[in-house]
Amino acid sequence: MEAPVQVIETKRKQNQNKDPKKRRSRLETPLQRNLTAYGFLAPWLIGMLFLTVGSMMFTFYLAFTDYDLLTSPTWTGMDNFSNIWSDANFWDSIRATLVYVVLSVPARLIASLLIALLLFKEVRGIGLYRALIYLPSLIGGSVGVSIGWKKLFATDGPINSFVGIFGVEGPNWIGNPSTAIMVLILLSVWQFGSEMVIFLAGLKQIPTYLYEAATIDGASRIKSFFSVTLPMLSPIVFFNLLMGTISSFMVFTQVYIITGGGPMNSTLFYVYYLYQQAFTYYNMGYAAALSIILLVIIAAFSGFIFLTSKYWVNYDV
Amino acid sequence: MNKKSSRKVLRHLLLIIVSFIMLYPILWMFFSSFKPDTEIFSTSSLWPETWTLEHYLSGFGNDAPMNFGPMFFYSFLVSVVVVIGTVLSSTLTGFAFARLHFTPRRFFIGFMFATMMLPAQVVMIPQYIIFHKVGWVNTFIPLMLPSFLGTVPFFIYLMVQFVRGIPKELDEAALIDGCSKWRLYRSVILPLSQPAIVTMSIFAFYWTWNDFFGQLIYLSNPELYTVSLGLSMFMTNMGETQWGNLFAMSILSVIPVFIIFLVFQRYLVEGIATHGLKG
Repeated sequence: MEAPVQVIETKRKQNQNKDPKKRRSRLETPLQRNLTAYGFLAPWLIGMLFLTVGSMMFTFYLAFTDYDLLTSPTWTGMDNFSNIWSDANFWDSIRATLVYVVLSVPARLIASLLIALLLFKEVRGIGLYRALIYLPSLIGGSVGVSIGWKKLFATDGPINSFVGIFGVEGPNWIGNPSTAIMVLILLSVWQFGSEMVIFLAGLKQIPTYLYEAATIDGASRIKSFFSVTLPMLSPIVFFNLLMGTISSFMVFTQVYIITGGGPMNSTLFYVYYLYQQAFTYYNMGYAAALSIILLVIIAAFSGFIFLTSKYWVNYDV
Repeated sequence: MNKKSSRKVLRHLLLIIVSFIMLYPILWMFFSSFKPDTEIFSTSSLWPETWTLEHYLSGFGNDAPMNFGPMFFYSFLVSVVVVIGTVLSSTLTGFAFARLHFTPRRFFIGFMFATMMLPAQVVMIPQYIIFHKVGWVNTFIPLMLPSFLGTVPFFIYLMVQFVRGIPKELDEAALIDGCSKWRLYRSVILPLSQPAIVTMSIFAFYWTWNDFFGQLIYLSNPELYTVSLGLSMFMTNMGETQWGNLFAMSILSVIPVFIIFLVFQRYLVEGIATHGLKG
C-alpha cells in the first residue's frame, strides 16, 4: 500500500517519454524553465539532498566508525562488520526476522486474496462489510492495539478462555519462545486490509468475458480461479508480495510492545535489535553497519522477487 | 428456499463471521475498558456486568498517574502539522514532476521512485545525529520538519499520478491566458487535485498519529510525550495492574483514526485501489 507498482510505472514512462522535448514553449528559455521547475522542487530537493542522499552517505561513513554520540567518531575500518559476524544476537535477529517474513507474508497474501474474493460480489451491505474488515489494518500498527493484542494472548486472556471451553489448557503464548513469534505473525495477518483492497481493485479489472469463455469451455469454478483469476491477478500478487516483504522486515512497534524481543531472543526482530544498538546502547557506528546489512538483505529479497517474477507474472490481457 | 437465496444467506453468514473475528479484539478491548478491573479477566463474556467510566476519567487530570490530556493534544498537533507539510511539499513536487520540463527530469523522477524502496532505518541514524547536533531532540521539529521536505515518496507518486490524469488542455488554456506556472499550480491544478489531497491528508494524519518509532527516539522528556509514547510508558511502568485504564486510553487513541475512516471511507479505500494501481 505504501508504494506504487514499479513495473506499471516504467511501462508508463516509456509511453510518455516521446513528447517533452518537442513541447518547448516559445516564450521561455531552457534556463528559465529549469529555474521555475527548481523553484517548485526546492523543498523536495533540500529534503533529498540532506535527509536522503546526505544521510545515506553519512550512514556509510558511520558504519566504519565507533561513535557514541558524545565523542567524535573514530575510524575502525571493518571492525563493526567483523563484530556483527560473530554477534550471536545478530544471528538470532536474522533467524527471527526470516521466520517472521517467510510465515507472515504468504499467510497475509492468502488471507487477503480469499477475503477479497468473498468481498468481491456485490451483496446488500457489502460496503459495511468491507469497511469493518478493513478497519483492523488501519489501527493495527498503533501502540493501543498492540497493548490489547498482548493481553488477548495472555495466560488469562480471552484466547485461552476460548480454548478452555474445549477443555484445552492454553499455552503461555508470549512467554514461550515457540509461540511468541506466532502471536506477532497473527497480528500481522490480522492486518491484511491494504493488500485486500488492492486485490479487490484487481478483481474488478478482470474482464468478465474471460470467465464466460472458461465456463463455455467447461471449466469449474475452481479451475477458472486457477486459470483465469490467478494469472490475471499475478501483477498484483507480485506487488503485494514485494511490498509485504519489505514492510515485514521493518516491523517494530508490535515487537517493542508485545514481546520486547523475548523470550530468549525468539522475537528479536532486526529493526528492534538495530534500535537497541542505536538508542539503548548508543552504538551508532555498529547500528549504522546493521542498517547497511538490512539494506543489502532487503535489496536481495526484492531482487529475487523481481528476477523470478518473469516466470510467474503475467502482463498480457 | 431456492438455491440462489440460500447461497446468499450463506454468503452473508460467512461475511458476518469473518467481520466478527476481525473485530473481536477491538470489541473486547472496547467493552473491557468499561469493566471494573476485577471483571476484565474473570469473565469470558464480552458484555460488562457492571459498567464504569472510571478508567476513562482516571486517564485525565493532574492527580492521574499519567495525564493523557496534553499527550492527545501533542499527537494531534504533530499530526496536523505533518498533514500541512505533506500537502504543501507533495503537491509542489508532484506538479513539477507531472507538468514541468527540466533537466535532469528523468533522473529525478527515477530517483524518487528508487527511494520508495529505501528502508527508513538506513537514513534514520544520521538523521537522528543531525537533529541531535542541532539541538532539536526533545522538540517536535524532527517529527514535523521532514514532511515539509517531501520525504515520503508515496505521496509524491500519488500526486504525480493524479496530475497526469488532469487534461493537459486545461494547462494550455491557462498558459495562453497568461497564467504563470505558479498560478497554474495554485488556481488550476491544486483545486482539481482535491481527491488526491484528501487521500494523502488522511494517510499522513494516521501514519503520524500511529507512529511510534519516531516519537520514541526523538522525545524522551515526559512533558512532551505523545499518545503512543504515553501508552507504551504507562504499560511498562504500571500497566500490569491497570489494564482497565490502559484499554480505555488505547481505545481513545484509535478513535481519531476511526472517525476519519468513517467520514472518508470512500476516499480511503478507493484512494489505495485506484491511485495505487492504475498506471
